[in-house]
This record gives sequence, C-alpha cells and structure tokens, in this order.
Amino acid sequence: MNQLSQLLDALYFTPSHLAKSRLLRDYLAQTPDPDRGWVIAALAGQLHFPFFKRNTIKQLILERTDPVLFQMSYDYVGEMSETVAHLWPAAPDASFNMPSVGEFVATLQQAKKDEVEPYLIDLLNNLTPTQRWTLLKLGSGGLRVGLSARRLKHILAEYGQVDVAEIEKLWHGLAPPFTHLLEWLEGRADKPDISDKLVFHPVLLAHPLQTDDIEKLDFSQYTAEAKYDGIRVQIVVKQTESILEKALFSRTGDDISNAFPDVLERFSLPGVFDGELLAFTDGKISSFNDLQQRLNKKKPSKKLQSDYPCGLILYDVLSISYNCTGEKDITQVIPRDLTHLPLCDRQQILSNQLAQSILANDHFISQSKVFGVADSVELSQLRETLCNDPSGYIEGLMLKRKDSQYIAGRPKGVWYKYKRDAQLVDAVMMYAQRGHGKRSSFYSDFTFGLWIEERDAAGILKSRLLPIGKAYSGFTDKELKALDKWVRQHTIGRFGPVKEVEKALVFEVAFDAAHSSKRHKSGVALRFPRIHRIRWDKPAAEADQLVEFKQLQGID
Amino acid sequence: MLNAVNHPQRWIEVRPAGLYCIPAETYIDPMLPVEHAIVTHGHADHARAGHTHVWATPETLAIMQTRYGKKHSISQHKLQYGERVQLEGVEPVFMTFYPAGHILGSAQVLLEYAGARLVISGDYKRTPDPSCAAFQAVACDVFITEATFALPVFQHPPLEDEIQKLLHSLDIFPHRAHLVGVYALGKCQRILLGLRTAGYTKPIYLHGAMLKLVDLYRQFGFDFGHVIPVSEVADLASLSGEIVLAPPSALHDRWSRKLPDVLTCMASGWMQVRARAKQRNAELPLMVSDHCDWRELLDSIDEINPTEVWVTHGREDALIHAVSQSGRKARALRLIGYADEIEE
Repeated sequence: MNQLSQLLDALYFTPSHLAKSRLLRDYLAQTPDPDRGWVIAALAGQLHFPFFKRNTIKQLILERTDPVLFQMSYDYVGEMSETVAHLWPAAPDASFNMPSVGEFVATLQQAKKDEVEPYLIDLLNNLTPTQRWTLLKLGSGGLRVGLSARRLKHILAEYGQVDVAEIEKLWHGLAPPFTHLLEWLEGRADKPDISDKLVFHPVLLAHPLQTDDIEKLDFSQYTAEAKYDGIRVQIVVKQTESILEKALFSRTGDDISNAFPDVLERFSLPGVFDGELLAFTDGKISSFNDLQQRLNKKKPSKKLQSDYPCGLILYDVLSISYNCTGEKDITQVIPRDLTHLPLCDRQQILSNQLAQSILANDHFISQSKVFGVADSVELSQLRETLCNDPSGYIEGLMLKRKDSQYIAGRPKGVWYKYKRDAQLVDAVMMYAQRGHGKRSSFYSDFTFGLWIEERDAAGILKSRLLPIGKAYSGFTDKELKALDKWVRQHTIGRFGPVKEVEKALVFEVAFDAAHSSKRHKSGVALRFPRIHRIRWDKPAAEADQLVEFKQLQGID
Repeated sequence: MLNAVNHPQRWIEVRPAGLYCIPAETYIDPMLPVEHAIVTHGHADHARAGHTHVWATPETLAIMQTRYGKKHSISQHKLQYGERVQLEGVEPVFMTFYPAGHILGSAQVLLEYAGARLVISGDYKRTPDPSCAAFQAVACDVFITEATFALPVFQHPPLEDEIQKLLHSLDIFPHRAHLVGVYALGKCQRILLGLRTAGYTKPIYLHGAMLKLVDLYRQFGFDFGHVIPVSEVADLASLSGEIVLAPPSALHDRWSRKLPDVLTCMASGWMQVRARAKQRNAELPLMVSDHCDWRELLDSIDEINPTEVWVTHGREDALIHAVSQSGRKARALRLIGYADEIEE
C-alpha cells in the first residue's frame, strides 16, 4: 500500500508521459500479483466496492469534524478525498499492520456492509495524509493522476513490447486483476483468448474539421454523411448455433443494453456495428432532449418506450457473421473481421446485409446516407441543407476517408466532424461561484440570464433577469483573471458559496441547441453553453429578451 | 480593560489606504502613500514606498531601502523590538514592536490607548525559522490576526521534513538541476539556512533577483555558506544535480530553459493542496510556509487570550467560526489589497 501511495503521488505530480510510463513499468516489474493488477484496474477506473462510496467517507468525516469547517475546507480544496485526507484526525495504533493492495481489495470485496466502516476507520487512523488520499481515491473510483485509459494501454504495450492495438482488442474481454494479461506481456503465457465473449470493440473517433484542413483536403478521397445528434453506440450480436446474444455499448464501452430493450429486440443481424442511437417521433429524428428521457433509465417502462421510441442509424460495420456450410453439412456461424477493409467496402457490405435481412423495411433501423462532395463550397452547402432538413434534427456533417481502415482511437485524417456553427445569445451575468480544484481560487462558474418585462403590483413595467444557464468554459486564463476580479468588485450578495453580482456584464454565450425545460424558471435550457465573448463594452440593458429568444427557438 | 471609551472599534478604522489609528493619525501597512505609516514587515503587500514618516524595525527599514532605495520615505523612525514610544497625534498612543516570526524584522504592533491594548500581528507564524526572531505572545484586549491558511486542511510540516524531501529527490535524480521556486525575501534565506542545517555543504546557486536581499541578510550576521549567482556560472551544464533558487515567476520562464534537465520544486504553504501544486507545475511541492497553519492560529489565540479577535486577509469565515465556537468574540476586518491567494 505504501509503494502504491508513492507511485500515485509521483504519477500525479510528474507532467511528462515518458516519466509516468517509466514509473508505472517499474512498479509493475517490482510488484507481485494480484496487487499490480488491481492497481491497473484502479488506474483504468474499473475498481469498485459496493459499500465504499464517496458518501460513506463523507459521513465518517462529518462524525469527526465541524460540518461548517468541513464544508469550507471542501469548497477550498475542491475534492473530497484530499479534503478528508487532510482533515482526518490521526490516531495511530501500535498493533496496526499495513495491508497489501490485494489484501485491501479482498477485504473490501468480501466485507459485509457493517464491516466496511470499522475497517476503513482503522486504516484512516493509521495512515499518513498521502496514504489516506491513496486509499480514498482507490475507494471512490476517481483516480485522476493524469493517465488516461488510452495512455495506460500504451504503457502496458510498452511493458510487454506488443502493439497497443492488441491490448485494445483484448481489453474489454479481460477482467481485473489481469493476471493472465500480465503473464502474457511478460512472455510467460499465451495470449488471452476472448473469442467466446460478447465484448465492446474500441471505436474510431473523429477530429473536428479545422479551416486549414478544409484548404488541404482532397475532396475526391472523402465522402460525407449527416452528423446526428444522438449518442454513438456499438451494437454487438453474437450467434451460436441458433441463439443470439446481443449487447449495446456506449462509445466508451459502457453496457447500456438494459436501457434499450426495444432496440435490441429489433436488431438481429450477427456482427459488430457502429452507429447512432436516436429517438424518433412520427418517423422523424427527434431532439437529443427526447433521447435523454431514455438514457440512464435502467428499466424503462413500456410507456416510456412507446413515448420515446428509439432506433439506430448505422454507419459502419466492424465484423459480420456468415452462415457457412462446412464439412458434413453442419452450418457454422463464422465471424469475419472487416476492420482492415476500406470504408467504401464496409459501407457496401453493411448496405447489402441490411437489404437482405428482415431489417430492410424497419423504420427504426437504417443506414446513414453517403454523399459525395467536390469541394469546400459543396461541403458548406450540404451542411446547410442537412442541418435544415425537415425530416429531423441534424447537427452537422461527418467527412470520412473512403480508403480508410477502421482503426480504434483518433487517427489523423480519417474521420472529421464538421458541426453547424454555434448559435449565440447575449445574456447577463447574475451569479458566480468558485471553480473546483485548480480553479478553486477563481470565480469561474457563471450563471447568466435574459431580460423579462413584468408589471409589478402597482402596474409599472419592470425588467428583471431570469437565469437560462451556467457556463464555466470558453474564456482564456487571462480573461478568467479579469472575470474573477470583476466578480469580487461587483458582488452585491452571497448565498453560501454563490455570489450575486451587479447585473452589468454581458456574455455572448455560444450553445449547440436550446430546448424547453421545467427545471429553470425561464423555461429554457441550453445544450453545451460556453462563453463565446465577454462584452465588456455592451450595456446590460441591451442584452437579449427572453420572450424573443424563445420565439426564435420555437419554444413556448 | 475595555470600556465604552477605549474599545479599539472607536479608535481604529479601515480606510481606503489601510488600517488607521485615529488618535495617532497613523496608518498601519498602508497601500497608498500617507503622512504617517507603521510598517510591520518588508513584503511588498505591506511595505510601500512614498510615505512621509515611516516607523519600522531597523531590519524592515533596511529591507525597504534595498527594495525601494534610500528615499523610500522622507523620514524613517527605527524602533527595536520591546522599545515603547509615544506616537505623535491628537491623543497619546503608545507603540511597542514584538517579533512576529514571519521574516527578518517582522513585527507585531502593540498599540495602547486609554488603557486598552490592541495587537496588530501583521503576518506571523509559530513554526521555528532560523532566519528570524521567534513570535512572542503579547497580552492584549483585541488581537488582529491574519487568516492566510485558516482552514483545518492546512497543517504545515516542519521545515526539516521538507528539506529532506528535496535532498531525497537529489539522491533519486542526481543529474537533474533542482530549481526551487522561493520568494526572494524570507523564503529564500530560510531554505538556504535549512539546507545548511541539514548538512548540505555544496554551493547553492541563486537567480539574480535573490542576490541583494541575501547580501542584506549577511549584513545582519547570517551565514549562508557558499552561494553562487547563476550569472557567474560559465558552463550551465555544470548545474546538473545542483540546487538553484529562483523566484516563482522564473520557474517556467525562458531563464529556466537553459538549465540542464530541470526538476521544478516550489516552496510554499499552498503546496499542500494538490491542485494548487499542479497549477504551479511543481513536480516536487515543498510545503514551506511563512504563515501560521490552522492549529498554530487557534493555539496562538488561546495563548494570547484576547477578549476579541479581528480577522483579516485570507479565509476569515473559517477562523471566525472556530473562534466563535470557543466562546470568544470574533469578527472580520476587511482590508483591501493584501495578497490573498496568488502569493504568500
């Protein structure tokens, strides 16, 4: 546990990827199983304990500290584990033995609910603040030491001198403590076999299309598709004799099958498909807001399923299973990997498979239409046309290289996304709150609103602001400093950590979409709002009016 | 004893230029040029140039001269620790300086008026510091305390522990230049003395911004051993595996790029909060503070045992809450302009 604490502390403060890699590989080489495998799981965000949650720790610390001082400390530090690590009153016990990582994990995984707290208390009493931080980070799952899951796989690949693509392919078929994987990487075992598992395959991600990309692109090598505003999913169907096993994964590999039984029920093509999950109304693609009603509902009711029916628009296929008649006339289902084929071939195979299947006339399952574009003018025209298409909500274009293979990760020059221009609204800053962590000393989270005219009790017309959203990005560090100063000088009230400011500063807020919301008094919610410009020059009274904004957005 | 006439809230007020003693017609640590100023210590957020009369310890006046030149004020009045003087003004006020333990020459100011005793502690700390006189608890009715690190998460470790961390890192990375970010006044000299006390005898290299003040400390009798300005090093590659002290602003500046394989260290009380250390891009954060941590603040107040505590610059809310919980009267004294969060 102590070595792990030193490792995490060093990883946290070391900025260089190379140095992080060296630190972790040294640790793997020196640490026995299963400890090192659990550490990999923790770094990958895959270590969870049912009774050791953020709230468990919060309750324990509140029993030991003044709640007001705890809250102030937490607001300042910005992070629960570190706050508790510093605040916990040390009470060392001479008979204490430091558990290994493996012992720690085993104890917590086997412990009954009422055994967890005494175990944690004993540990926290006996550890140093840095060790406490390690322990709490392990437990609460958010081990942020500047090492992404992708970097972690690269480091494992370096450790075993293998191609990172091999690790990517295996990853979702393996489980902690990764003993077999580590043995393979050290040349002491065969490569793990995951062919019998229903697993997520890491997806190909797009780069945003920049202005200088447009100038350089050879358009004859690319095709365009609509960029749908749903969520990226992968549907995996595996056939063993006549039994179909199915799963739906999010782009990060989370299994979301439970939330969409209707979609899985419908889909029966064996293979691995890449596409967009969308909600539909009357055969048209409906807004992301509708889809959101279905997300994170682990057991959707029949009513919810029929109110917000969902379907797929597929754009790629990673593998397909063919029925083959082999020796002695036994029919076998053979999966065929298609990732090495060029995109246009994969699109053709997808199209043929859909046409031949019972999905051919299913309105909820279709293939994304492919367009040719000759130059940048046609590109903008197509984007304009698609975004204004009456058949449903589309948020831009995808541009994909025709001859590209399906490569996991974010390869350069393969897929581009070209979103429609953001919409803008001039809103007035109303409240400000300090950021967390790195920004804990700055007022960096801003609530802004639009004007509404109302008659007061005496019948006199008065203007006031109603909040429409909150943003904490879009400004430079220099602007952040200036905003922070402005907030401190223009505070007129305080509600706990929130400062109310003079209604005098206008933000030009960029957002992707606006929709009606019951949560805000204004009745409007913005999708992905960010500060586009700070209008130091603009009088607040000239910011936008809520009524006009709603009319423009078609919200009643 | 406090009464309706002599309560400091009747004769001390906060003005735009700073804290003001009405009967003595004198400011304490004013931010703007004034006629009469008492300066608690030499840090730039307390000591400004351009006053007419300045009262300070001999060390603080020397620091102000080094930083702002001989003419930083028209008339300079030296006052030793423990020496009691009557200030000129409309009514008699007596002033005495006591060591604050913050940096060389740092003083707490005891003001006595009509039988009431007010101590303005300036910045202070209780952790032993070889570069200045130790804080002295002074009995008073009202104690004005800073609150820079007034949250229970702040527990500053002893200087020796942090010096060991630095030396340990030199063992692990013997070829990397260890560039330590320190403020030129106070922190720099404290780290130098800490290293020497820990038995580090090699030369220590200094950024140009450190030199004048290190020389000044020498005049007050401090021995830092062999220190060499980086500007006098012919081959900078020879700094591999050496300790270099520089102001925080130089850590990520062009200046530091010429040093061999730099390992960035930062010595500051803020380094205890990980996100803050990250913000400074410190690879080796050293928790060395010139201010009290949470425990020291509470213990000092208990030891001094004033009737009332006034809290300035920093996290007033937490300290006021904790002091009030113990049954003592506490309130915020909002002063403008003191370095709160960006620097110590």
